[in-house]
Amino acid sequence: MNIKDIILFTVHAVTSNRVRTLLMLVAMSIGVGSVIILTSLGEGARHYVIDEFSALGTNLIIVLPGRTETAGNQAGMLFGKTPRDLTVYDAGAIHRSPYVKQIAPISVGSASISYKQRSREGPVIGSSASLLTIRHWEMSQGKFLPPMDYDRTSPVCVIGAETKHELFGNENPLGKWLRIGDRRFRVIGLIASEGRSVGVDVEKLVIIPVASAMAIFNNPSLFRIMVESKNRDMVPSAIKDVERIIRERHQGKDDVTLITQDAVLGTFDKIFTALTFTVAGIGAISLFVAGILIMNVMLVTVSQRTAEIGLLKAIGASKQQITILFMGEAALLSLIGALAGIAFGILVTQTAEIFLPKMTLVAPWWALVAAMVTAITTGILFGILPAQRAARLDPVTALSRR
Amino acid sequence: MIRLEKVERIFQVGDQQVTALNKVDLSIEAGEYISIMGPSGSGKSTLLNMLGLLDQPTGGRYLLDGKDVTSLTDDEQAYTRQQKIGFVFQFFHLIPRLTAEANIELPMILAGIPEQERKERTQNVLKAIGLENRADHRPDQLSGGQLQRIAIARATIMQPKVLLADEPTGNLDQHSGKEIIQLLEELNSKGLTLIIVTHDINIGKRAHRHIQLVDGKISADESGAL
Repeated sequence: MNIKDIILFTVHAVTSNRVRTLLMLVAMSIGVGSVIILTSLGEGARHYVIDEFSALGTNLIIVLPGRTETAGNQAGMLFGKTPRDLTVYDAGAIHRSPYVKQIAPISVGSASISYKQRSREGPVIGSSASLLTIRHWEMSQGKFLPPMDYDRTSPVCVIGAETKHELFGNENPLGKWLRIGDRRFRVIGLIASEGRSVGVDVEKLVIIPVASAMAIFNNPSLFRIMVESKNRDMVPSAIKDVERIIRERHQGKDDVTLITQDAVLGTFDKIFTALTFTVAGIGAISLFVAGILIMNVMLVTVSQRTAEIGLLKAIGASKQQITILFMGEAALLSLIGALAGIAFGILVTQTAEIFLPKMTLVAPWWALVAAMVTAITTGILFGILPAQRAARLDPVTALSRR
Repeated sequence: MIRLEKVERIFQVGDQQVTALNKVDLSIEAGEYISIMGPSGSGKSTLLNMLGLLDQPTGGRYLLDGKDVTSLTDDEQAYTRQQKIGFVFQFFHLIPRLTAEANIELPMILAGIPEQERKERTQNVLKAIGLENRADHRPDQLSGGQLQRIAIARATIMQPKVLLADEPTGNLDQHSGKEIIQLLEELNSKGLTLIIVTHDINIGKRAHRHIQLVDGKISADESGAL
């Protein structure tokens, strides 16, 4: 019995029972399809997040005050250690590094913002002129904060579209005076709302000079300092420089934490890859269920075709040949099912893309391969039991049934 | 060619033992035409299944062409069936989804005969049974007599030495039954050993040797016309 004859025989068997074939096809294609759809979504989400972060620039280093570390004896741990403040002077000192292109000190707080009778509570960011270029924002009207020393206050502010809308309505905000906390600021610019920015809703923002923010919030420490190195290769050197400069200024203590954009990206990459694998696993459960259905249907097939099996034995088919023929049927059904599932999955993701234009939904190649392999393997594995049952049938009893 | 020595077949039914064949001794020469008759439950079919290696004796020996076949493995027995034995059944046992041609071809596919030769042999045998214009018909499009002729073609396509027929006319009308018997006799006249199990005395007496089974024992074994 050669391969061609086996295939012809199984194709005949598969096509002669349409309902059964259709049923198994649906089960398999749901399984394979769900793996593809779920992994596409996972990968789409991962790409989306990575793209957002990459838009920020990959040569970004973030300096946070404080450092998680264990030092000293156990007793000391009870009291904890207060980190030294990260000040605007630290920020200024970082400028000395030749690897650093620009920096933006950041102070964050929430304050009441009011214009005439209108007032709202919202996030206020204190920063410097370079924040605009570091975060790749654009202005829709007016100007961003002017370059100036970090320790100088100035009564100017830049606002986002939502803040503008809430406070000014259709009025032109430029040149108007706002009250933030107990101080007055003149609006000098409006940030364009298209600007992409991870973790910050640009539209809700109010940005004022860093020294003014620290005065309003009465906080001597910066929230963080964003440092942009001159290019990506200089990131490691810039980190060393920043660490050295801060250490020198903080009496030899390493009490800041440095995060690179790459590390953040890497972490998100890992999280989303894990997520994709998880959903792929969930999809694989439906493949497993499809496998069980295949087994069930094949068992029914074996009992329906008992007479045929008896006949095959009578005309000299070996156990192995019967096993191959029945397993071939299960394999063929799962193969067709898997192909249909891939088509189904791609159809669904392509349709979804129309409604989610920001996401690219393409199943990763490994998901396609894994879904195919799992589908066919489960098909064959779950085909073994029915095929062996067929091969072991007693020919006399098998033939006595009509 | 065939020798049964004290062949015994005992079935276990619940906790009762039923003896289907009770120490049967039988020897059959090549080219014989034998009918096996007897009341139901006398062991006719068991004897036929035993001769066709579909059933295993619980005691005794079965020599086919001088070789003890009772000790063969399942696959060796399958090979022996394929090469030496043909079966014809009361209910034809054609595979319903395959055409007449494909049904006849099946034993050759299992035996691994090349496609070219398979086609030639199938065409020849279809011509011999007068159904060459029914080659593409499926079993549900054929009459009982035609089905049995296809089944006989399938049973003989591997040129076996023995043809075992279990009530070959049991499911046919008088006329088709007669045609089938004539076809089988024609094959026998060309040297094929023919063993027919039947209820029908008219068919049984046409054979050259008549074996009567009662309660798993051969009660009569006569040659010549009845």
